[in-house]
Amino acid sequence: MLNTYVVYVENKPGVLTRVASLFRRRAFNIDSLTVGRTEKPEVSRMTITVDADHDQARRIEANLYKLVNVLLVENITNQPAIVRDLAMIKVAATHEARSHVLELASVFRARVVDVAPESLTIEITGAEDKIDGLLEVLRPYGVLEMVRTGIVAMRRGKSSSGAPTTGNTDHDVAEEDVSHSV
Amino acid sequence: MKDNASMTAKNMTGASILWECLEREGVKVVFGYPGGAILPAYDALKHSKIHHVLVRHEQGATHMADGYARASGQVGVAVATSGPGATNMVTGIATAMLDSSPIVCITGQVGSKLIGSDAFQETDITGVTLPITKHNYLVTHASEVARTIREAFYVARSGRPGPVLVDITKDAQQTTCEFDWEAAKPQLPGYRPDLSPEPKEYEQALELIHNSKRPVILAGHGIIISGAMAEVREFAERAGIPVALTLLGIGSFPAAHPLNLGMMGMHGEAWVNHTIQEADLLLAFGMRFDDRVTGNLKTYAANAKKIHIEIDPAEINKNVKVDVPLVGDLKEVLHELLPKVESIDRSEWLDSIDKLKGDAAVRDIQNLPDSGHLYAAHVINDLWRETRDHETVVVTDVGQHQMWEAQYYKHEKARSLITSGGLGTMGFALPAAIGAKVARPEAEVWVVAGDGGFQMTLCELATIVQEKLKVNIAVINNGFLGMVRQWQEFFYERNYAATPLLNPDFAKLGEAYGIRSMTVTERSQVVPAVQAARQHDGPVLINFRVEQEDTVYPMVAAGASLHEMIRRPSKIVETAADE
Repeated sequence: MLNTYVVYVENKPGVLTRVASLFRRRAFNIDSLTVGRTEKPEVSRMTITVDADHDQARRIEANLYKLVNVLLVENITNQPAIVRDLAMIKVAATHEARSHVLELASVFRARVVDVAPESLTIEITGAEDKIDGLLEVLRPYGVLEMVRTGIVAMRRGKSSSGAPTTGNTDHDVAEEDVSHSV
Repeated sequence: MKDNASMTAKNMTGASILWECLEREGVKVVFGYPGGAILPAYDALKHSKIHHVLVRHEQGATHMADGYARASGQVGVAVATSGPGATNMVTGIATAMLDSSPIVCITGQVGSKLIGSDAFQETDITGVTLPITKHNYLVTHASEVARTIREAFYVARSGRPGPVLVDITKDAQQTTCEFDWEAAKPQLPGYRPDLSPEPKEYEQALELIHNSKRPVILAGHGIIISGAMAEVREFAERAGIPVALTLLGIGSFPAAHPLNLGMMGMHGEAWVNHTIQEADLLLAFGMRFDDRVTGNLKTYAANAKKIHIEIDPAEINKNVKVDVPLVGDLKEVLHELLPKVESIDRSEWLDSIDKLKGDAAVRDIQNLPDSGHLYAAHVINDLWRETRDHETVVVTDVGQHQMWEAQYYKHEKARSLITSGGLGTMGFALPAAIGAKVARPEAEVWVVAGDGGFQMTLCELATIVQEKLKVNIAVINNGFLGMVRQWQEFFYERNYAATPLLNPDFAKLGEAYGIRSMTVTERSQVVPAVQAARQHDGPVLINFRVEQEDTVYPMVAAGASLHEMIRRPSKIVETAADE
């Protein structure tokens, strides 16, 4: 089944590579991965969807935590969440087809963001199946180009803790607690 | 310098900060090889108290750091230049990674302005080593050196230990900045090496233990890393539970202890594997159910519940589904469990294990009549008899001799066997033994290597001589890549493709390096040769020319069930097994 993770990481060079490399090395197949800023400049947030059974899903989480730069992992697969994907779709639309395409776009509450003599570009935001739906009905007119961002997700309500702190002061490693004999 | 620095910040080059931080981390010795991009660091070495061991190949430096770490429990350090110096470290880093050995590798890198330009000797070594390090760093400013080194050591030795690589650009070594040790505390907000189980999980584990009639402890490397040898022994004795060992678990539980079964897995004794298959409870202590110890997972200990005490949560349910995971440091977990473990009489189970031994002793090559041939098992057994009463560290290479060592050298103490388990790195023994000897000069260190692996890193003989190290080297020379030949014998119709070796005269080779060397061809010469080696002040190499087509028994074929073993023949056969 498709699992959705929200992963908070330190905003440092190379962290995306570490995360992506982990999935490759452990032979887990990423369905989609998005990364961006959070409300804290030192923390980046990833939304990762990956096809995995229950055991694999737990091991993915454990392996993500093994990366030193990973701050927090939330598997929100079975949690109430807002999930959004954004797509831009360039559709062939000569003048007789144009009104049909515009009508379909408005039914899906999509926006037309570019108009050219031979095409329209439609922007749509929503859950993946909604975008799939629009794509399906536009296909007969000729989809010239398409791009999708992959999903971003957020838990509903106040259950989400938000970006964790990197704690430049309060999360210092207590070295005294470390056994120097290994 | 040291005292002042802790009180007030002072201006230092990145290179000087590097050595200062290594000293403060307790480093006494590093194993390295200089080159262009690491030259500023080497230049600053003259102000440091750290002893530098010049190796002959950077792979050797990493194995030495690894051997140092495994022999002492302290972090080992290897140093190399950029590009080929750094890539030569890859095998040693991967070896340390798979065996959870704490090493820190310092590499020079081209100047930060040149990164990405394919400059001379530029390699993206942090990219290359990403999947084979616990963590790695690229340092481009002198001001980052101190914190990075502190973090590297902390990450390497805490939690499940492992290799950390720190790549430092040439300009970061050359430029100066304020050095303030106190201010450079590690900042690792996402790193959690100190997990511990829930109270409920302890209760579940205890219930399984107390209800079990046929339990077995699977003792792994984690016992040694955690330093839990006494706790494991107390646990086994109190609960009356027999102990089977992984290859890297050898030494974690005394070989002579009545509850010790011996090594499990592909070349474990038949009764050990049968015991595991018949058990109703496996207690996995700091081991990871490697395919070499489980055989076919579908039939592995099918009737047993499993308790897994392990510091790395990613190991839980990776290969074998367990009933109760206890994630935490083994020593701490056992401290929690021990007061609640009831003493149970399991003599019935222990008696039935004794019966499983059957005619194994009769089939043992040590008990077969002397055929006039010299077998590797004889060499190992005699070596054990001669060195058992001393503080001996045996460092093996990989292959048949490694398995014979595991079977016939009876290790009573932790850190007395050093061997590459997970990666199975040929060429490991000689450099790792150098590291072990440097870490524990008072110990008697023996290299046991095959003629194949020995030739992969034998350039380090020069390092032994240069450092005046008393290391004894036993080359188990059968003129074959023996383990591969054995697989060809069993599974490829004796098509010995690329396994016969045309070897140099190892004794002459040793002499060329200034190492006293001898060749042994008969069993009667083994003990005198070992005694002569022990009595000689300097390093000694013994070339044991053993039976060419000897076979390691028992053997569980790759992918076969653990109880499906090819057993020892009941008489010596000259070429191959006939059963």
